[in-house]
Amino acid sequence: MAPKAAPPKGSPGGFGGPVRPSDTKRTFARLLSYLGRSKHLLLLVFVFVAFSSLAGIIGTSFVEQITDEILLPLIGTQVTADALAPLVKILVSLGFIYAFGAISSYAYSRIMLQVAHKTLNTIRADLFNHMMDLPISFFDTHTHGELMSRYTNDTDVLRECISQSFVQLVSSVVTVVGTFAMMIYFSPLLALFVVIMLILAFFIIKALGKQSAKYFRAQQQCVGKVNGYIEEYIEGLKVVKVFCHEDSAKSSFSQINDNLRHAATNAHTYASILMPIMGNISYITYAAAATLGSLAILKIPEDSFFSLSVGALFTFLIYTRQFFQPITQISQQFNNIIAALAGAERIFEIIDTPIEADDGYVTLVNAKKNEKGEIVECEERTGMWAWKHPHGDGTLTYTEWKGDVRFENVTFSYDGKKTVLKNVSLYARPGEKIAFVGSTGAGKTTITNLINRFYDVDEGKITYDGINVKKIKKAALRRSMAMVLQDTHLFTGTVRDNIAYGKLDATDEEIVAAAKLANAHSFITRLPDGYDTMITGDGANLSQGQRQLLSIARAAVADPPVLILDEATSSIDTRTEHLIELGMDKLMEGRTVFVIAHRLSTVRNSNAIMVLEQGEIIERGDHDDLISQKGKYYQLYTGQFELD
Amino acid sequence: MIKALLKQTKGYRLLSLLSPLLILVEVYMEVQIPFVMADMVNKGILGGEGINYIVTEGLKMVAMALVSLLSGAGAARFAAKAGMGFGANLRNSIFSKIQDFSFANIDKFSTPSLITRMTTDVNTIQMGYTMVIRIVVRSPLMFAMAFRYAYAINAELATVFTVAAPALLGLLGFIYIFAMPRFKRLMKKYDGLNASIQETLIGARVVKAFVRAKHEKEKFRISNDELRDASIAAEKLVILAGPFMQITVYGCTIAILWFGSNLVINGSMELASLTAFITYIHNILMSLMMISMIFVMATMARTSINRVLEVIKEVPDINDDGADPSLTVADGSIDMENVCFKYKKNGKKNVIDNINIHINSGETVGVIGGTGSAKTTLVQMIPRLYDVTEGVVRVGGRPVADYTLKNLRDSVAMVLQVNLLFSGTIEENLRWGNKDATTEEIENACKIAQAHDFIASFPDGYQTNLGQGGVNLSGGQKQRLCIARALLKSPKVLILDDSTSAVDTATDAKIREGFKANHGDITTIIVAQRISSVQHADKIIVLDDGKINAVGTHDELLGTNEIYTEVYKSQQEGVEE
Repeated sequence: MAPKAAPPKGSPGGFGGPVRPSDTKRTFARLLSYLGRSKHLLLLVFVFVAFSSLAGIIGTSFVEQITDEILLPLIGTQVTADALAPLVKILVSLGFIYAFGAISSYAYSRIMLQVAHKTLNTIRADLFNHMMDLPISFFDTHTHGELMSRYTNDTDVLRECISQSFVQLVSSVVTVVGTFAMMIYFSPLLALFVVIMLILAFFIIKALGKQSAKYFRAQQQCVGKVNGYIEEYIEGLKVVKVFCHEDSAKSSFSQINDNLRHAATNAHTYASILMPIMGNISYITYAAAATLGSLAILKIPEDSFFSLSVGALFTFLIYTRQFFQPITQISQQFNNIIAALAGAERIFEIIDTPIEADDGYVTLVNAKKNEKGEIVECEERTGMWAWKHPHGDGTLTYTEWKGDVRFENVTFSYDGKKTVLKNVSLYARPGEKIAFVGSTGAGKTTITNLINRFYDVDEGKITYDGINVKKIKKAALRRSMAMVLQDTHLFTGTVRDNIAYGKLDATDEEIVAAAKLANAHSFITRLPDGYDTMITGDGANLSQGQRQLLSIARAAVADPPVLILDEATSSIDTRTEHLIELGMDKLMEGRTVFVIAHRLSTVRNSNAIMVLEQGEIIERGDHDDLISQKGKYYQLYTGQFELD
Repeated sequence: MIKALLKQTKGYRLLSLLSPLLILVEVYMEVQIPFVMADMVNKGILGGEGINYIVTEGLKMVAMALVSLLSGAGAARFAAKAGMGFGANLRNSIFSKIQDFSFANIDKFSTPSLITRMTTDVNTIQMGYTMVIRIVVRSPLMFAMAFRYAYAINAELATVFTVAAPALLGLLGFIYIFAMPRFKRLMKKYDGLNASIQETLIGARVVKAFVRAKHEKEKFRISNDELRDASIAAEKLVILAGPFMQITVYGCTIAILWFGSNLVINGSMELASLTAFITYIHNILMSLMMISMIFVMATMARTSINRVLEVIKEVPDINDDGADPSLTVADGSIDMENVCFKYKKNGKKNVIDNINIHINSGETVGVIGGTGSAKTTLVQMIPRLYDVTEGVVRVGGRPVADYTLKNLRDSVAMVLQVNLLFSGTIEENLRWGNKDATTEEIENACKIAQAHDFIASFPDGYQTNLGQGGVNLSGGQKQRLCIARALLKSPKVLILDDSTSAVDTATDAKIREGFKANHGDITTIIVAQRISSVQHADKIIVLDDGKINAVGTHDELLGTNEIYTEVYKSQQEGVEE
């Protein structure tokens, strides 16, 4: 529905930032809707900002009164308390106005602080919560860095914009308009002159903005290149060393670095030159207005519309100094807003990504058998579970949960182009161990991705206890199976928390039991704080084997009838693997298990082994069958012990 | 700290000085304008000097403003040049320094930390520098000049500032002292939140598999709310600065209007001077505010500066000192004599403990042992990626430190455990091994490494572009490319550190056959987990906890060496059943 976004028209002060949003209007409206949740507070901010600016402007106007009505008549006279009484009165009211202004300033800052952080908090929460509901394909197709920058860079510019730009813009506009009105009031003639200078300033800002935008874009490109190069060459530093590539890396870097310097110099010149230029235009105006005003005082008769008093001139001059700075501000705030909108757009893009759809309606419930031997749903935990299956005619059926998984002619492709699985059929009866063997890219992991519906099949179907998995609610489906992956992915927290990740309400006894089952209990008790040892940085303070044992315990505590082991022991040496296997074997007892492994030794005792090649099952059978078939499996298996 | 930074201004020092000089001119002109104005009005209107005087003085003011404008613009340009040049110098220095790091140096700082130092930290410093040469000079100058002219107008009235300026500074200092710890807490919360988001992103599969989205959301909500509260707690002090500043300015204005009016009435000050004086209030107090901001920025930049200097000051602990540049590696023989190694000098335990081994040129040697047995560490000392703590490593009969790093590493090729390819085409990556290799040589190396077939199957063949880190290749394919890359060096010693772990056993066997057929003269060291990868070796070293447990051939070790036999059994279980 968004029309192909026209490049946003440069605002008057279009100091084009580096990246522009593609649909400014819509993004802006959306950002406003977030702010709009605090609209009453924002209204208050608006009022206080206006008060604060107006207090300053009105305060200045007292100079005229003081000059013309008090000082000029009194110059050269004896200072008496009586003569000064009006001055005291003026200064007291000035004091009140100023105090009111300062209080307003504090008030709007304080309210805005609340609004800004509340808004940011909401946006961050929306972003994260939405991200958690996105399908795994989203995480597979976006780098972590890309996603993280939504939380860091994009949110940072947004914070700058929300907490400052709104206030600054309102205050600048009020100041410019109010000051200009005062200028006209005190001297229409000089105000006319200021308008001419203003038009001049406007063109300068526009011209500079255009140049600046151009160079900022160039700079942004160079920054991208330099950062990319830095990342790549620091990450690959050890390879650089091994190949003695240091000198060529240095000289390539120095070249792109110099390009960046060049672009950045120009970009920053145009951005920072605005301040002195605008500042001095205001001085030129000040100087010229002072001269013209002085001439007007001397030459224009007092009864003329254009006549000017000394006090009015003084007041006018102070206004002149105040007038240009907010104009510079406005142009800079437009920049910030543009940059923030670009960031906001990237955030909203994620919030708009469709979440993982779940049209399943079959759920998993606690069940028991009634006296007639029928399965009925119940509240309490019975250790028995059943699939609760509502039908179109309003009836309900219950199927006992066993862990029978079948693939029927499953075909799948990640991108709609390259077929990863071709017409795969297989079955796993409750308690059976099914293994997948094959080279990288043969489609082993894809099979597990389909079982728990990280991805959905293109053709054919997968059934679980006879029910098409597409009918099962994803949460129920995934809770009914546990995964142990090659990358363990532990979370910051205690050992206990990490095991409990499999079952959040696990009791201490359950956790210890799971750890014992996984052979992890003994090493955990040797850790400095036992089960309360903090794990940081994806378990960096544990060895790879220990981490894997924890992830097995995590799966064990979930106690599901189906278990998926995806290269669970690949990064562990075979001796350690042996220990882990002992834990794993206990875990596998009585469960339906899918094993993916590189090492054939781990799959040997499976009920069935599937040899995959380019998405097809080319051999199947148990170890002895396959060995006697003397096919691919036999080759692979004997290949490991080829004695030449 | 400052001295080390000043070094980085090389080539931009003149510009760095020119910019403040121009600012001096700018400020000098700017500050005089209200003073001249006061004089013009005082004498021209009130004193009756007449139109000519007004016009002359008026033109003088406009000229001053123009000079000020040009100086200001010039200063901005020069500051940009100097600042960006300084930043570029800094980046170049760090990058070069990092390139010279040894493995030990790299381990000391971690890769992500080095990247942050080179990007975010350098940016902060660069912005700071540009600010310094403009504002740090400008604000005190403005303060001094404005005060001087205010003092010239009326010394007595200027005493108002001697009360107001310290009061404002005191208030700002008060904010600073109380806000800083809160900001530190805020930064911690912020880092914590980001770390936890990252963890969730990396573990997305686990979160989904265990259906823990709700749990993660709840965790996030707590951190997110804490961040909000910490932000508000810190910033609610900072927002006091604005109103404080206003109160001071307003207070000064009222005081000056009162005292000034008295002075004007009794004739000790002229009327227009009072207006000029009011203009200076803003100049003086505003520059104070800026000075305090510089202080805050400096505190923030200091962390960045320290982090960057840490890198620049790091001394690469492996270099060519004491090497003979004309010396090249004669053959592929390797000797280790009483070699001990620890990663940290003050570490308690040797990671490698008293290793003695002799490898003949052309031999194939397997290294086997459990995780943590220091296999990788051991072989990394051959191309001097780490220096021994004690003992000596000889290649071609000479201690490794006798060769230049280039000569040594050109002869000792190593395929690392973590295989990295760089953005560019496959061919460009392969040419890292030998930039002058012919197409034939490249294809040949790839055939031996069993990479040619899959490369040829890509539509663009050897010209296939690899993303950063070679993301569109499988692990096994990457490993094979890395082996080909190393082969292209035509080394005398080739070390494969678990380089075929993701390659299937059949292909692994083919690669080994290829080596034997084509590179029989290369000393090959194979670090592996799979017995099948090493069992054909002339010699197998069994490592355990940094010590040599046994050396021998497969037949010698099997059955006699406990570890070897155990590993073998764990891998071949079932075969004989």
